[in-house]
Amino acid sequence: MAPILRSTSLIALLVFQISLFFFVSTLPISSGSEDSYTITGRVRIPASTAIGHAAKFSNIKVVLNGGQNITFLRPDGYFTFHKVPAGTHLIEVYALGFFFSPVRVDVSARHHGKVQATLTETRRSLTELVLEPLRADQYYEMREPFNVMAILKSPMGLMVGFMVVVVFLMPKLMENIDPEEMKRTQEELRNQGVPSLSSLLPASR
Amino acid sequence: MAMAVRVYLLLFVFLSSAIVSFSLYEDQVGLMDWHQRYIGKVKHAVFHTQKTGRKRVIVSTEENVVASLDLRRGEIFWRHVLGTKDAIDGVDIALGKYVITLSSQGSMLRAWNLPDGQMVWETSLHSAQQSKSLLSVPINLKVDKDYPILVFGGGYLHAVSAVDGEVLWKKDFTAEGFEVQRVLQPPESSIIYVLGFLHSSEAVVYQIDSKTGEVVAQKSMVFPGGFSGEISSVSSDKVVVLDSTRSILVTIGFLDGDISFQKTRISELVEDSGNAEILSPLLSNMLAVKVNKRTIFVRVGGNGKLEVVDSLSDETAMSDSLPVADDQVAFASVHHEGSKIHLMVKLVDDLDNVLLRESIQMDQHRGRVHKVFINNYIKTDRSNGFRALIVMEDHSLLLLQQGAIVWSREEGLASVTDVTTAELPVEKDGVSVAKVEHTLVDWLKGHMLKLKGSLLLASPEDVVAIQEMRMKSSGRNKLTRDHNGFRKLFIALTRAGKLFALHTGDGRIVWSMLLTSPSNSEACARPSGISLYQWQVPHHHAMDENPSVLVVGRCGSDSSAPAVLSFVDVYTGKEISSSDIAHSVVQVMPLPFTDSTEQRLHLIADTDGHVHLYPKTSEALSIFQREFQNVYWYTVEGDDGIIRGHAMKSSCAGETADEYCFTTRELWTVVFPSESEKIISTLTRKPNEVVHTQAKVSTDQDVLYKYVSRNLLFVATVSPKGAGEIGSVTPEESALVVYLIDTITGRILHRLSHQGCQGPVHAVFSENWVVYHYFNLRAHKYEVTVVEIYDQSRAENKNVWKLILGKHNLTAPISSYSRPEMLTKSQSYFFSQSVKTIAVTSTAKGITSKQLLIGTMGDQILALDKRFVDPRRTLNPSQAEKEEGIIPLTDSLPIIPQSYITHSLKVEGLRGIVTAPSKLESTTHVFAYGVDLFYTRLAPSKTYDSLTDDFSYALLLITIVALVAAIYITWVLSEKKELSEKWR
Repeated sequence: MAPILRSTSLIALLVFQISLFFFVSTLPISSGSEDSYTITGRVRIPASTAIGHAAKFSNIKVVLNGGQNITFLRPDGYFTFHKVPAGTHLIEVYALGFFFSPVRVDVSARHHGKVQATLTETRRSLTELVLEPLRADQYYEMREPFNVMAILKSPMGLMVGFMVVVVFLMPKLMENIDPEEMKRTQEELRNQGVPSLSSLLPASR
Repeated sequence: MAMAVRVYLLLFVFLSSAIVSFSLYEDQVGLMDWHQRYIGKVKHAVFHTQKTGRKRVIVSTEENVVASLDLRRGEIFWRHVLGTKDAIDGVDIALGKYVITLSSQGSMLRAWNLPDGQMVWETSLHSAQQSKSLLSVPINLKVDKDYPILVFGGGYLHAVSAVDGEVLWKKDFTAEGFEVQRVLQPPESSIIYVLGFLHSSEAVVYQIDSKTGEVVAQKSMVFPGGFSGEISSVSSDKVVVLDSTRSILVTIGFLDGDISFQKTRISELVEDSGNAEILSPLLSNMLAVKVNKRTIFVRVGGNGKLEVVDSLSDETAMSDSLPVADDQVAFASVHHEGSKIHLMVKLVDDLDNVLLRESIQMDQHRGRVHKVFINNYIKTDRSNGFRALIVMEDHSLLLLQQGAIVWSREEGLASVTDVTTAELPVEKDGVSVAKVEHTLVDWLKGHMLKLKGSLLLASPEDVVAIQEMRMKSSGRNKLTRDHNGFRKLFIALTRAGKLFALHTGDGRIVWSMLLTSPSNSEACARPSGISLYQWQVPHHHAMDENPSVLVVGRCGSDSSAPAVLSFVDVYTGKEISSSDIAHSVVQVMPLPFTDSTEQRLHLIADTDGHVHLYPKTSEALSIFQREFQNVYWYTVEGDDGIIRGHAMKSSCAGETADEYCFTTRELWTVVFPSESEKIISTLTRKPNEVVHTQAKVSTDQDVLYKYVSRNLLFVATVSPKGAGEIGSVTPEESALVVYLIDTITGRILHRLSHQGCQGPVHAVFSENWVVYHYFNLRAHKYEVTVVEIYDQSRAENKNVWKLILGKHNLTAPISSYSRPEMLTKSQSYFFSQSVKTIAVTSTAKGITSKQLLIGTMGDQILALDKRFVDPRRTLNPSQAEKEEGIIPLTDSLPIIPQSYITHSLKVEGLRGIVTAPSKLESTTHVFAYGVDLFYTRLAPSKTYDSLTDDFSYALLLITIVALVAAIYITWVLSEKKELSEKWR
């Protein structure tokens, strides 16, 4: 979990920084005959992000009411839904590499199709229908860079480490042991006929 | 003992505390998964083969796809899948740089940038009524003059600027009920001729100023016979149409706005006249008419006189005419002869002058040619060369050039209707299909490379080598069964009635077979595919038999149409047998019985309420007679809101009936009040699902027994007002009610109502739980609810003494007729995306924890652990609950980007997800289909029963070698030391 959180917060920061670059005022426009209106909005994606997904508008779909209508973005990021009746609707943006909050859109019949928009995820109301991703999605796990500690911590690393300890530290330890006691133990062991290699082990006690 | 339990518990806690999500490294893409991109059956094709730039063809398809294909290799440059209600009516290229599509019955006009597919503009056109739609893009465009695009649809004629999509003018024809048939834009003229019919009996020609849209002149003339069918425009001032009796050809001339009729009886042209049909291609001064399975070519003389110039037998597909050099016009025709197809390109003026005649061997499983599109190019010797794009009956798309198939695309796979799995044959002794392992040195080298890769020490060339090695490795593409069950076949049935076997290793087509009607009658030449069933899965005593599948096809779109059954050998792809059945097919029910050759018994219900037993053998009949009293089934009448339960009654009476036909009696009915509830979704468990344990131990050492019944039906109903789209109803008007109904007794076991909610409902039913997705109008968010059902009648069986003394009811037979005491638990969560379909992983023994596979509106598939939809989640789980792996309750379900199993791919037009277990308990196959196909292998709890592909054998080997060396060195050292000790 930890790497996921770290990367998303980093990307979110990046998104925020880059999205400050320009800001065109776009009022939610709607027009039309008595009972059907037009919803116009805009999707804005930060120019470039840390991850490799090229934010191409040609791959983005805008979905009204869970698939009732699907539209695409123009080069400037605008989209339009035509012939929408008055009422409360749901607009979702699907773009690979980004997560957008669904938007609740109220089209008012009384105010000639005035549009009110609210992000349903954050409950933030929008003054204009400009949709920005909540976060950039990273679909792949990042490979941890080469790390000596990780190797050492692995079971095999621990085994090797133990061997190193035995090979290099054990003779040092043996030197500190009283030679008389050592001799006695060795004799004891020799009587038992245990291979001499294992005679090192009790010495470490 | 207690210690061991504790250790086990600790281990379990350790394992479960880490939330296992599906995750993938970028370099692992393509190791276990594959993705295939399709477009669907091509409806229109426009070539774009100018000298500069890449040669491409723009196509629109029946799957509402507009795409640009590479003409050399058939690859997709770009593609867009429009909404399901946004069917494409026409496609063309304007200004040499925009692709124009007309969709939604002529009310939506879009322009796409030709090189990259970016949408340039979009215009919604007025439409007031249903009518045919027509797109006319001026051909000879000069850069300085902006001729408008003319669109007729919904009773309006619109002129739209090709540059920015602005509507220049529109003409309302709704009042008169005028149907535009042809729009002619003579070059170098500002007058547009619009020819159409009024109430299909009066021909009207309008002359409209192309700049302003004003009607300059209008002429009309009544034709007493009335018109019908297709219209064929033969020249700039003449069209030919059939009269309503389909026996007279009427030539309508509208030279300079004057209308003249000229009638010619078809019987005057050909002897054996019947109902004629005008073929739609645009040929100049020529007309193709289909009479009695013959295609005749009729030349239209200057004075409107008709004469037959040629006739072709057999079914012939024709292209539109194509201007070639020197003001000549050519067209292509394709007809079959045996296993070959003949492509001919002729000049329209001179049919004897065949420009091109090619014969191409064609796979008979592609069926007949449906459509031909031709395009010409200048060869190096300055003569004309032709390439033809043909659409076959199985929806495949082929490019023919110079007598060969340059490329082909299996577009039938874009319309998969049903999928099942099949095993591959067992590897025979001594017959090694592919030698996988090479020498030890190579093996070591490979693993050294892998080790380098996993330590991130590999150079870019090494990475490429590793990737290549992985792709080829482990014989994953072999055509034999493997130990882990990773190699399998997915059998897919397409709407065109073609069966494909896809290999799970790389997604290649192992075999394909086109469904045919055995009687080959006129009415049912080509049945469409409906569903697939496992017919014979030999495993015990019929090992020598090949497994087979049952394919159900239908001869028409109507459910009462006669059906075709076909039995197909899975190993070879050959049809074992097929039969036209006299009755219709409404429902096919696999029964839980097999005969001695492991053929599964199936019941097929028809529209008359009879059921028919298959296979029609006496053995099957005797097995069925034994279980006669225990066969129940149900029907759902969605429109009337009725669910009925049925049981067997007796054999059919009447002379047509055979002994395999049975009548049924109605057992129960559940009627939903039509004024307040409408059925929108029904669902049962998968019949072949495996449940590992019925008991569920909770934290306080309590046991809950899952209510696992195969006869549970999940039904969701909404208020009739809420059955429409989101936004058409207020929260007060709509309510969603879900039911769990026992299909044997019709008893409603559980009812749950959600006020202020509406559909669409997408649900998944597994073991003892249902998870469903719907829309909450109050919160204006999607919601997911889980319902778990437990059997209370067994809850008393906790006492050990009771178990020992046998005073329990665990061995009591379970019957639907005994009144169950149920305990249901449910919980709801928000979900932030629209959903197209939900599935659940399935494993061989059902031990592995489950994941929900949620196909989102964005055509991605999200794997969500079942533990996120667990009704026992609480806000503050106790320590014991945490140890059990209960996640603290949150109001919405998390969407972790790493758990998209489709990673950075999309399964465009996603329609369904199929899961199948592999032999390895931890792993499951996932196959998703839509316009695209996607396959991957999932391990919902990680691969705990096998080493992953990433496991570094080299590191293990190196460690062992190092250890041995170290042991040797220390031994030598100690010997020396000992020696020196002795010398001292």
